[in-house]
Amino acid sequence: MPILKFIARRLGLGLLTIFAVSVLIFLVTQAFPSDPAQAILGRETTPEALDALRQELGLYRPAITQFSSWLFDIVRGDIGKSFVTQMPLSEYIAPRVGNSLFLMVVGAAFSIPISIAVGAFSALRRDKTFDKTTSTVSLVLAAVPEFVMGTGLILLLSTSVFHVLPAITLIDAGQAPWSDLSGIVLPVLTLVLAVTPYVSRTMRASMIEMLESDYVEMARLKGMSERTVLVRHALPNALGPVFQVIALNLAYLAGGTVIVERLFNFPGIGSALADSVRARDLPAIQFLTLMIAGVYVLMNLLADVATVIATPRLRTSLK
Amino acid sequence: MSEGLRIVDLRLDVEATGNDIVDQVTISIAKGKVLALVGESGSGKTTVGLAVLGHTRRGVSINCGQVYCGDTEILSLTESDQRKARGHLVSYVPQDPSSSLNPALRIGLQLREVLEAHNFGSSDEARKSRIREMMEEVLLPTDDDYLRRYPHQLSGGQQQRVGLAMAFACRPSVIVLDEPTTGLDVSTQAHVLATIRQMTSKHGVAALYITHDLAVVADIADEVAVLYAGRVVEQGVVKDIFTNPAHPYTRHLVAAAPDISGKKEVVGLSGRAPSPGKRPVGCAFASRCELATPECQDSFPKEVAMSASHHVRCIKVGQVAPVLLASKGASNVRDQGSPVLEIKGVDAGYSGVTVVHDVSLTIRKGECLALVGESGSGKTTVSRAIGGLHREWTGTMVFNNVELQRIARQRSPENRRGIQYVFQNPYGSLNPRRTVGDSISRPLAIIGTDKSEASKAVLDVLEKVNLPGSYANKYPDQLSGGERQRVAIARALVSKPDVLVCDEVTSALDVLVQAAIVDLLSDLRKNLGLAMLFVTHNLPLVRSIADEVAVMSEGRIVEFGPAESVIGDPQQAYTKSLIMATPSIERSMR
Repeated sequence: MPILKFIARRLGLGLLTIFAVSVLIFLVTQAFPSDPAQAILGRETTPEALDALRQELGLYRPAITQFSSWLFDIVRGDIGKSFVTQMPLSEYIAPRVGNSLFLMVVGAAFSIPISIAVGAFSALRRDKTFDKTTSTVSLVLAAVPEFVMGTGLILLLSTSVFHVLPAITLIDAGQAPWSDLSGIVLPVLTLVLAVTPYVSRTMRASMIEMLESDYVEMARLKGMSERTVLVRHALPNALGPVFQVIALNLAYLAGGTVIVERLFNFPGIGSALADSVRARDLPAIQFLTLMIAGVYVLMNLLADVATVIATPRLRTSLK
Repeated sequence: MSEGLRIVDLRLDVEATGNDIVDQVTISIAKGKVLALVGESGSGKTTVGLAVLGHTRRGVSINCGQVYCGDTEILSLTESDQRKARGHLVSYVPQDPSSSLNPALRIGLQLREVLEAHNFGSSDEARKSRIREMMEEVLLPTDDDYLRRYPHQLSGGQQQRVGLAMAFACRPSVIVLDEPTTGLDVSTQAHVLATIRQMTSKHGVAALYITHDLAVVADIADEVAVLYAGRVVEQGVVKDIFTNPAHPYTRHLVAAAPDISGKKEVVGLSGRAPSPGKRPVGCAFASRCELATPECQDSFPKEVAMSASHHVRCIKVGQVAPVLLASKGASNVRDQGSPVLEIKGVDAGYSGVTVVHDVSLTIRKGECLALVGESGSGKTTVSRAIGGLHREWTGTMVFNNVELQRIARQRSPENRRGIQYVFQNPYGSLNPRRTVGDSISRPLAIIGTDKSEASKAVLDVLEKVNLPGSYANKYPDQLSGGERQRVAIARALVSKPDVLVCDEVTSALDVLVQAAIVDLLSDLRKNLGLAMLFVTHNLPLVRSIADEVAVMSEGRIVEFGPAESVIGDPQQAYTKSLIMATPSIERSMR
């Protein structure tokens, strides 16, 4: 199967990318001015205690040894202990991954269909009222940073104007996120509003290109119904370029939502990352960053595979 | 004679401005006959063709007129009835099959959906057998594996056959063919034309064949309508149009068309047709017409009947412009110049695969050598290697007694100056952000000519290519295609080359412009003693411009000799088949 070979090749490249990222992460964290031992023990401590802890953490080993043992542990599935709590990191991170995944899935479940529908419909109604309205709204939404948008939504729906939704998520990390659905409405809404403009604008541009294409004109000249023209001829070809944008946005939803999670106090990996940075919890920072990088690589891989499968010319030229 | 298609007084406008794109178009075609709608780019021929199916492109609207396909008037039908008529009563074959077939759908599905949309055939089985029947008629394989292919797995000729099968699938009574063979090689073109001819007469279909290629017209059409600036200026049976053209524009078209059957000096014409919104009240051709008098500008000329089947809209009917009367016989009596560029035993390839084998050529001072062949024959690879644009080649090239390095960057400034390249597409080869003057003087800046001298040189070469000096300050998008190609030639001339490599330089241009460029190149060759390598797939043109011809096929030179003898009396089977496949006005009129 050429497609499996293709996936294997891309997977290999993806692993290489992640390795490169791991080197980068390690170098950056090495360059941190703060001393992990100092960070753990606080200011009131003795040099002996510091020395002992550094010894224990292996901070005296050469950088290359530290790096390889860190990476080797991760590959083995041991992501280490938190500097701060001394608990295994996996216990801290696992539920948060679940929460973020839930946020991503719910966000994607709304934003992708909405943005594809809005984009396609704007293309059909090009330069008419619907298109002009959605274009303007998209541009405004894309221009507003999400913490402003989130704050605006809180003002609108939880505090100043209406009081219909809680301003923050009141679930614990260990609790299932769906146990308090009203608490995730605002974070999801913010994410949907942040992501939709990009995907819908790409969809609109792509769809317009397809609608102007020779083969869509030809389909009309063959007497195809408008429905067939759109659903069979225009839409599948228009989706190809959109996959890439969707993938980037999904990755963003999964890992890059630090600000949104922080704003709504949502216990996901975004807020976990923010907390770890504040606590100078190196192992947590390193692992979370690596994981987010992994999500980006995976999403791009999925998008490439989806594009290849959806494009016969690419699919048949695989060797 | 029963009527297949009748267009009456059709007018289409630019929606935004209300300016006419085409106006007063009245055409009728009998069943089983082919009428060629001839015109230059921008004349409105595709607009007319699409209107026959009740379709307009974005921003275009139908102002008035009727289109009868048999007894059905298309334009007054409701949207849904028009849809039913398209593909069923009247069908369309597009210009570029590679972009008109949906790349994501198998050809079998694309054929089947026409039948399904029009409820053709009572069952899936019946439709399947109809598809097989159609594939057979257009000489394509009928097996399921073939039908499961995607468009990109077919050659250009095969794609166009699928387009034809699609168009004929529901047995339409009218078919519109929009330049269906543009971009195909001559032998493929010959097959497609034969298929079209056979299918239209066999099924009694009235065909509107849109083209700018007069030789194809002579080959396939029964009647011709000549469109200029959106109006039909002359209409008649094909013989009338070619042997007795009455409109000055038609005369110019015929005079500009090179022909493979005889050596003919093509005559070009400057200027361009006025675009919608800039068209005069009177005859739109008057501004370019040698015969024009003030009356021509009063009103659009009434139709004059030359005979029952031959009509023309001109008040000067019967007069012929002197430029077309002056017989310019075979003029290039050439004295063997000294060799400027000799290439010996050149092999060239891409990533290790050799596609050009053992090519040897000699180009002499003042001589034009044509390198002809179909797409994929390796002719462009050879010319790029000569120009120093292609890295992968072996063999020797000697230019003015100096052996040339592989790529331009390794060559001496003197060698780079001496060989200049003109590209096929003048729309892509000029930087849109530079003025014409900037583009032309760029090669001079590289060799370090000072500014005032460079601007003098720019004016000088602009004059050589017959453009006013004021063009130096224009940008490419302010120029027509022909003018751009002149600028590209001027840019090549500015460094005073010895050899000019012209890679399909006229194939993106209309025939009148092509003739003017050919004329210009011939003059430059005579006046400046330039040696020229003219790369083309256009055999008739070779006869008009070249002294010697090298015919390439599958990377090898299969025949070489003086143009007259190679084309007039070919010795190799391949050359013979090429020449036989090339449509010819003279041959068709015999």
